[in-house]
Amino acid sequence: MTTREENHRIEKQEDSMSTSTQTPTPTQTPTPAPARAPHSDVPTGHKDESKVGGGLFDPRQLLKSLPDACRKLDPRVMVKSPVMFVVLVGSVLTTVFSFKEPGDWFGWAISAWLWLTVIFANLAEAVAEGRGKAQADTLRKAKTDTVARRLTPDGKSEEQVPGTELRIGDRVVCEAGDIIPGDGDVVEGVASVDESAITGESAPVIRESGGDRSAVTGGTKVLSDRIVVKITTKPGETFIDRMIALVEGAARQKTPNEIALNILLASLTIVFLLAVATLPPFADYAGSHLSMVVLVALLVCLIPTTIGALLSAIGIAGMDRLVQRNVLAMSGRAVEAAGDVSTLLLDKTGTITLGNRQASEFVPVAGTTEAEVADAAQLSSLADETPEGRSIVVLAKERYGLRERHQGELAGAEWIAFTAQTRMSGVDVDGRRIRKGAAGSVVAWVREQGGVVSEDAGALTDRISEAGGTPLLVAVEDSDGARILGVIHLKDVVKEGMRERFDELRRMGIKTVMITGDNPLTAKAIAEEAGVDDFLAEATPEDKMALIKREQAGGKLVAMTGDGTNDAPALAQADVGVAMNTGTSAAKEAGNMVDLDSNPTKLIEIVEIGKQLLITRGALTTFSIANDVAKYFAIIPALFAAVYPGLDKLNIMHLSSPDSAILSAVIFNALIIIALVPLSLRGVRYKPMSADRMLRRNLTIYGIGGLIAPFIGIKLIDLLISLIPGL
Amino acid sequence: MGPVLAGVLQLLALIVALGLAYVPLGDYMARVYSSDKHLRVEKWIYKAIGADPDTQMRWPAYLRGVLAFSFVGVLFLYLLQRLQGVLPGSLGFSSIDPDQAFNTAVSFVTNTNWQSYYGEQAMGHLVQTAGLAVQNFVSAAVGIAVAVALVRGLARSRTGELGNFWSDLVRGVVRILLPFCVVAAVVLVACGVIQNFSGIHEVGQFMGGSQQWNGGAVASQEAVKEFGTNGGGYFNANSAHPFENPTPFTNLFEIFLLLVIPFALTRTFGRMVGSLKQGYAILAAMAAIWVGFVALMMWTEFAHHGPAFDIAGGAMEGKEQRIGVGASSIFAVSTTLTSTGAVDSFHSSFTGLGGGITILGMQLGEIAPGGTGSGLYGMLIMAVIAVFIAGLMVGRTPEYLGKKIGTREIKFAACYILVTPALVLVFTAAAMALPTPGHSMANSGAHGFSEILYAYSSAANNNGSAFAGLNANTQWFNTTLGLAMALGRFLPMVFVLALAGSLAEQRPVPVTAGTLRTEKPLFTGLLVGAILIITGLTYFPALALGPLAEGLAS
Repeated sequence: MTTREENHRIEKQEDSMSTSTQTPTPTQTPTPAPARAPHSDVPTGHKDESKVGGGLFDPRQLLKSLPDACRKLDPRVMVKSPVMFVVLVGSVLTTVFSFKEPGDWFGWAISAWLWLTVIFANLAEAVAEGRGKAQADTLRKAKTDTVARRLTPDGKSEEQVPGTELRIGDRVVCEAGDIIPGDGDVVEGVASVDESAITGESAPVIRESGGDRSAVTGGTKVLSDRIVVKITTKPGETFIDRMIALVEGAARQKTPNEIALNILLASLTIVFLLAVATLPPFADYAGSHLSMVVLVALLVCLIPTTIGALLSAIGIAGMDRLVQRNVLAMSGRAVEAAGDVSTLLLDKTGTITLGNRQASEFVPVAGTTEAEVADAAQLSSLADETPEGRSIVVLAKERYGLRERHQGELAGAEWIAFTAQTRMSGVDVDGRRIRKGAAGSVVAWVREQGGVVSEDAGALTDRISEAGGTPLLVAVEDSDGARILGVIHLKDVVKEGMRERFDELRRMGIKTVMITGDNPLTAKAIAEEAGVDDFLAEATPEDKMALIKREQAGGKLVAMTGDGTNDAPALAQADVGVAMNTGTSAAKEAGNMVDLDSNPTKLIEIVEIGKQLLITRGALTTFSIANDVAKYFAIIPALFAAVYPGLDKLNIMHLSSPDSAILSAVIFNALIIIALVPLSLRGVRYKPMSADRMLRRNLTIYGIGGLIAPFIGIKLIDLLISLIPGL
Repeated sequence: MGPVLAGVLQLLALIVALGLAYVPLGDYMARVYSSDKHLRVEKWIYKAIGADPDTQMRWPAYLRGVLAFSFVGVLFLYLLQRLQGVLPGSLGFSSIDPDQAFNTAVSFVTNTNWQSYYGEQAMGHLVQTAGLAVQNFVSAAVGIAVAVALVRGLARSRTGELGNFWSDLVRGVVRILLPFCVVAAVVLVACGVIQNFSGIHEVGQFMGGSQQWNGGAVASQEAVKEFGTNGGGYFNANSAHPFENPTPFTNLFEIFLLLVIPFALTRTFGRMVGSLKQGYAILAAMAAIWVGFVALMMWTEFAHHGPAFDIAGGAMEGKEQRIGVGASSIFAVSTTLTSTGAVDSFHSSFTGLGGGITILGMQLGEIAPGGTGSGLYGMLIMAVIAVFIAGLMVGRTPEYLGKKIGTREIKFAACYILVTPALVLVFTAAAMALPTPGHSMANSGAHGFSEILYAYSSAANNNGSAFAGLNANTQWFNTTLGLAMALGRFLPMVFVLALAGSLAEQRPVPVTAGTLRTEKPLFTGLLVGAILIITGLTYFPALALGPLAEGLAS
């Protein structure tokens, strides 16, 4: 991000372009102009966004992923999940024992359901991966083998080489219609580029040498002009390659929290393994012989299969939810860290405020009326195509009912367009010369025309500056001479719903810090209006870095967005650094996530997705462990009521027979996995609230629910089984 | 006054007494372990043992101290018993056999106090006072030291230092256990507990015949037996013996003694981590389980089954008339929920379900309130496990007292919770599967199984009480129970100290609205639920074949 000096209007405008929008301005429009901004920073109903929704789940995916699920039965793959590996070994054991007693329907039924348990677990993972695969296929299409036009080292001639032979530092030429052969930075020229292959957004974006919008991605297409690109990535390691690997889950590594959970699950599995393995001598003493099939069934029911089966699917789906929002997390670790974030650094422009300032009032100097100012402001802004200029015309129309006039309407008018040099726009018509623009420029113009600057103009502009606004002066030269008419108050407009959003974040225990190049006064005014907890004014990249380090020293995890090369160190230092896809390669390299939409507001959603991922894991673990209670009440009486009739009192579900009780528990255990696949892919419903309320809610649903649900489920399955004749 | 009302009133009196002692004792212990000053007597001790009490130890050094000290303790106690026959003060008893000497040495060093011998028929004054009584003090102090090291791990940050083991050990003995035990012993003597070095008396019985009784320094040993949650009685009958526990008051006083340090340590914990509320939350979890178990026990023991129970006012078999059903129930629950293992009644004679409650009490891992020190660290480990599962449900990497529960931390906590179930289940299964151990059972059927399950639950959890009936003085039981006690004591300590070291290195995470509040009742409820479910699931099949089969039979 460039250092900002907000008082200079034109710079401000460029600034807003770098962070949030690529709307071309008159001064910068290359040909052909993109039809519209690739994305809009107009807020879209925050109320809906505040709940992290899930991806869609289509039951047909289950069927489609079945072959993959069977392929995953390979023990070398299964061993990665200790819980499910135990189930696999159990399935093999019961099957072997069933072959020894082929007449025993019970053994076969248990074996079949154990195999199903394993397959259901693999299915969950396969479905989660399958969703990424579709996306990877689309990306692969973009990665067609390109022929690069490499410049020879002297830069004078071109040679044709395959895209795969490019090396870092090579310079290639791309002209309209060419596919850019690899990741790199534009070192020469400006072009509009179609990045839809990666972002899915069809509107083209501008890429030009120098500045923060120089990065181009291999696989994207140049629509106009000619650029020279310096390759920055080796073939095979390009952005698109990494994206494919990520969405396919090939590069997936277990995250720290997932490893920790796996350790806990493994230790619980060992405890239950011990509980079951030591049971035969106890049972023999009691006078009841336990078959291997029954022991395996008991073991599988006790070990936390539900969470064991769904754990990796939850992780993959979490990444996938980000991908669906066009955010690429370079590691699962970053997604988890997002859930832990306690400080959010948010750029003011584009995140908290709309990209552009808007006119909010016309203030006349002594001796003129508001209507006069409005009229002059409108006329002088007709030739100003900047968003600020447009907002003046709109305000005049809305507030003062001044019909928008068009440049053609006024005969003989001479239009003075806004330029960065003059910092003024205006019109000469009917003997009147009207000007509007930055205070310094207009004052200079009035003096040039021999006019007098009224005294209260200075006071008015100061007042507006102090309130956090930007003053523009309106002046006229007519028969009465040159003079200032009034001041236009330009104001940063805080996006709708931001205050509520920040309140929610506060309830979640997250502190928001607004980062702005504005002076402290302006920053304070906007910070108060938006409701952020803190702000950093006149922020330089060094200030940002210092702020991050300070927060981290206090044990906090910090998330931020950035796009410029000078943001790179801060992005790397932050625990969650989201680079905008419009940004430089350095920024993208430094961050651990890339937002393809380049929408900084998304940081909030990323945090929510991170939390949702952890909550889903915790909820299903709790559910899984709570489930065991009911299974004991089904299986223990079934095993031992014959030798100790008193134990039948534990058969509180009144299951019809011992065999049916055990089978029902096993079937429930398998079916609950399939039943929870949609939840694990979608994630537990998440609404921002305090930790206490969230714990109460989830504990009730997944803890108490987990205790009760299997009692009902097992009873129902038992009822169905008891209907089967001959059992 | 009916026996039920009497029991309830005694329980209330006990709770009031514990409540009164909680704050002063807890705060005092916090001061003891936070102070920089050494008493003169402590300086002499440091000089004598060649320890520098001011060096800070990282966890491996602290652990080395614990293990080395305990190993020397076992060796000394073993030799003392083996040489008893040739040493003075033996009361004429011969040396103890190797397997039993090993078992007893391990038993007292591990704060278990499992006794496979009859105190009055095997151990002379020298072994009782110079060997067993000394270990009663130091083994309790070692337990508190390890707990304090874990608390420091939670309280400190960005350092691996957990304090100094020698200083913690010596202070525990000199400033906490000794002075309070002197007072407690005086109270006990005043109430009729004996304290002498007299020899063996031949006493005539009124049914004819005669009996040999010996005296001893009983009151002093009784005080530390309870106060240090040791449980090893001077006499075989333990606190059911009138010389150890003569009146209903001494009975209640002994229950108070064995509960007071484990409960008060939660206050010490709260003080040392700078949040008394965190201590109250842990206290609430301990107290909820303890009160719940007492209520259940009273219910099963007072529940009348048939005319014999009706006449006696409850299940009186194996209980002392002077103590009654109510107080015996409170004692039985308190002694099994702490790692004490003293008994004033015979758990084997409790109703089937009542016996089950004592077994489950030990299987919870001696954490409600648990042994001196071991109760606190065991409960904190469970808190770490509960935080890990519940913390995920609030959408953050779980943290306890600002310390993140990551891969390393959960690894140590998971190993901790594996140890005792593995020991109990594997040894019990081996005893049931092998042909000879079963011969030790006094009963057949489910009750016989309960005897063996009880023995290993008691040993591995360092409780030390026995389900009377089992003849544990065999090579098999002396050896395997000895191993269970040693592994059940020291392996968990390894993981606790490793966890403490790992926590102490962390930088604390500040508390925000997104933090799981571990001082709230919701978390306490969750903790209790997690403990009951995890323990229940582990032992349910075994319990079903023992006490549940017996208790549900009628």
